[in-house]
Amino acid sequence: MDFSSINPALLVAALMVSSTPILLAALGEMVVERAGVLNLGVEGMMIMGAVTGFVVGFNTEIPALGFVAAAGSGALFALLFGLLTQVLLSNQVATGLGLTLMGLGLSSLIGKPYEGMKAPSLPKIDFGPLSDIPFFGRVLFGHDAIVYLSLGMVAAVWYVLRHTRIGLILKAVGENHDAAHSLGYKVVRIRLAAIAFGGACAGLGGAYLSLVRLPQWTEGMTAGAGWIALAIVVFASWRAGRVLVGAYLFGGLTVLQLNLQAAGMTAGVQYLSMSPYLITILVLVLITSGRFKGAHSAPASLGRLFEVTR
Amino acid sequence: MSETLLSISGLTKAYPGVVANSDVSFDIGVGEVHALLGENGAGKSTLVKMIYGLVKPDTGQMTLRGQPFAPPEPRAARLDGIAMVFQHFSLFDALNVAENIALGMENPPPLRDLAQRICEVSETYGLPLDPDRTVGVLSAGERQRVEIIRCLLQDPKLLIMDEPTSVLTPQEVDILFETLRKLSAEGTAILYISHKLEEIRTLCDTATILRLGKVVGTCTPSETTARDMAEMMVGSALKTPEPSNRPLGEVALSVTGLSVESPSNFGTSLKNIHFDLRQGEILGIGGVAGNGQDELLAALSGETRAANDAIKFNGAAIGQMGPTERRNLGLLAAPEERLGHAAAPNMSLTENAMLTGSTRKKLEKNGFLDWGAARSFAEHVIKQFDVRTPGPGNAARSLSGGNLQKFVIGREVLQDPDVLIVNQPTWGVDAAAAAAIRQALLDLAGKGAAVLVISQDLDELMEISGRFAALNEGRLSDIRPTADLTVEEIGLMMGGAHGMEVAHIEELAR
Repeated sequence: MDFSSINPALLVAALMVSSTPILLAALGEMVVERAGVLNLGVEGMMIMGAVTGFVVGFNTEIPALGFVAAAGSGALFALLFGLLTQVLLSNQVATGLGLTLMGLGLSSLIGKPYEGMKAPSLPKIDFGPLSDIPFFGRVLFGHDAIVYLSLGMVAAVWYVLRHTRIGLILKAVGENHDAAHSLGYKVVRIRLAAIAFGGACAGLGGAYLSLVRLPQWTEGMTAGAGWIALAIVVFASWRAGRVLVGAYLFGGLTVLQLNLQAAGMTAGVQYLSMSPYLITILVLVLITSGRFKGAHSAPASLGRLFEVTR
Repeated sequence: MSETLLSISGLTKAYPGVVANSDVSFDIGVGEVHALLGENGAGKSTLVKMIYGLVKPDTGQMTLRGQPFAPPEPRAARLDGIAMVFQHFSLFDALNVAENIALGMENPPPLRDLAQRICEVSETYGLPLDPDRTVGVLSAGERQRVEIIRCLLQDPKLLIMDEPTSVLTPQEVDILFETLRKLSAEGTAILYISHKLEEIRTLCDTATILRLGKVVGTCTPSETTARDMAEMMVGSALKTPEPSNRPLGEVALSVTGLSVESPSNFGTSLKNIHFDLRQGEILGIGGVAGNGQDELLAALSGETRAANDAIKFNGAAIGQMGPTERRNLGLLAAPEERLGHAAAPNMSLTENAMLTGSTRKKLEKNGFLDWGAARSFAEHVIKQFDVRTPGPGNAARSLSGGNLQKFVIGREVLQDPDVLIVNQPTWGVDAAAAAAIRQALLDLAGKGAAVLVISQDLDELMEISGRFAALNEGRLSDIRPTADLTVEEIGLMMGGAHGMEVAHIEELAR
């Protein structure tokens, strides 16, 4: 084995790129769940974002437009879930699963003519001499706009939930929708907004896969990323900062095990492939147990149907 | 008090199948404490929801200070100076006090300034409250303070209080009344909903009585007896339950050093509880909600396990037994929550009868269910306890609260228990049904069963139980005969006033 072929700066930079789709999807889903809605359709919304982003980006040759379209299609697709669960009061778990199945099918139909084509590339932002700083230059200043956008959104979501009235109302709706209703807050509207936001985030994450990471369209290319995002939300105990830790941990382990395989480590390839899933879950479980146990549990109205009664 | 603040005329609201309010009219004057009386289902809640803008009336008008008043949503009502303290608190457990208060305000100041104001107001009105505490860990009395302070911060002209005292100790009630009187003296009108008649007699200036959605009378509570008001509410004469005078028998249930960790985050753990329950006795356990009542019922019924020796049934240790084994022995229980705990809402009454009666009533043979027997058992309960329902095939959720409660209690009583444990047997039940349930419990004890009644209704416990003890933060007080207990003593047993002090309004005036 030759570990010298692994460059730490490149490893960290690759980690950030590889984590971004999951980070975006998990962040959006966290907001949705804080509003008390369990949307299991993350995978479906991601892949819809991936295919829309690719189709628009490929045809216009402007990747930025692809991302905008992906966010829009994710939000629209999520609003379908919102209509079913919030207005027509269908079961959230079943509807979410249906959304995933439908997204996977619809995206492969839309994406069929585009298979094997190459997406226009998203330019990296030029920070000038800053990116020449050893190690940090490559890690901090060598990325495209979406990576920075995702990090900015983590901070923004944290700030909104923690310090603003909108965030407080969102948490209140997720905590006790009956009480929020009796205080005069529009529970359904607030939840629909959260669902649309979650869909837009998942769509962005999906488009990042098809426009930057691969960058091409392949059927079923999200390959479970949406489910990982869902798991990260739970294990991160619904906190923005821990969602970032969870997503980067998972992305980092994925990149690391690929590097290890490339470096010639042959023993137990299966275990290496499995390790990101195992270790991410293990670490997040450890974070949430012990000292922090019970301090921050699930939103109390999570997954419950809200019906206006007299 | 001559000036009219809010005038209601001809309000009507119908829901499919039921008229909640029919042509309701009355006036509330500035600074008046106005009681709204009525049984469950009389339409009190619908009426105040219309005033608060949560429900729109079908017909009828309201005027506020002479101006037409029709709030499209609570926000508008709040802007016009209407504030409401809800019966089931509209609080968010995971958020802190200041955040909860901010959510109920139109234009809350930044949280730090708000915390400051909460401290000032709570100081002035003698309702101490720490703005940074998480609401989930507060006692019921403290939670109510959060709601009241949320209202006071908005300088209300009309304060609506829906059953505010059901969760308070007597001392806390006194202090609440003191606060309300000061508010009324400052010119705030109070619309006070309750079915505790003695409280209304001490506090309120006028009372409007509702029955089945209609105004059936008004009275001056201080000049009317509680019994007269009750009969106006019910529309018929009331029967007072009569105890039997049977001598007590052997110790049927003995609890020594019972300590159980609460399974839920915001629950209360039981700490070293001792008591003996004798045959033919009714032991009443009072206390403010959330002080371990649910946990005590769970530990005694077998839902949570305790140390084996901590609970002895006729001398045999049963702490590690599950509910079915205990039922087999003759220890039955009826928990507080009717829908979802005592009864499965979507199952029929026959199925619900099967659920707890299968072993004792032999409704199950070799693992096969005898539905015919279950049905006749359910019919027996319905007949004996006058449960108003078309038949045992109806789903539990279709019954009104009082009728379902009669069914749930009747189902256990008719299984001939040696020991029966009930939690809140008449909670949310109208006066006639409550009297019937109490009589059934007294009759059961008269037949030699031991009965443990956990309740927050002190009048009920004084009426039916021979001895009384209070739960406070998971500990049980000394057990005292009810005959020589005063209200003050009971209050102290329940934990006193939790650090409340009487309002010193003078500071506000300065």
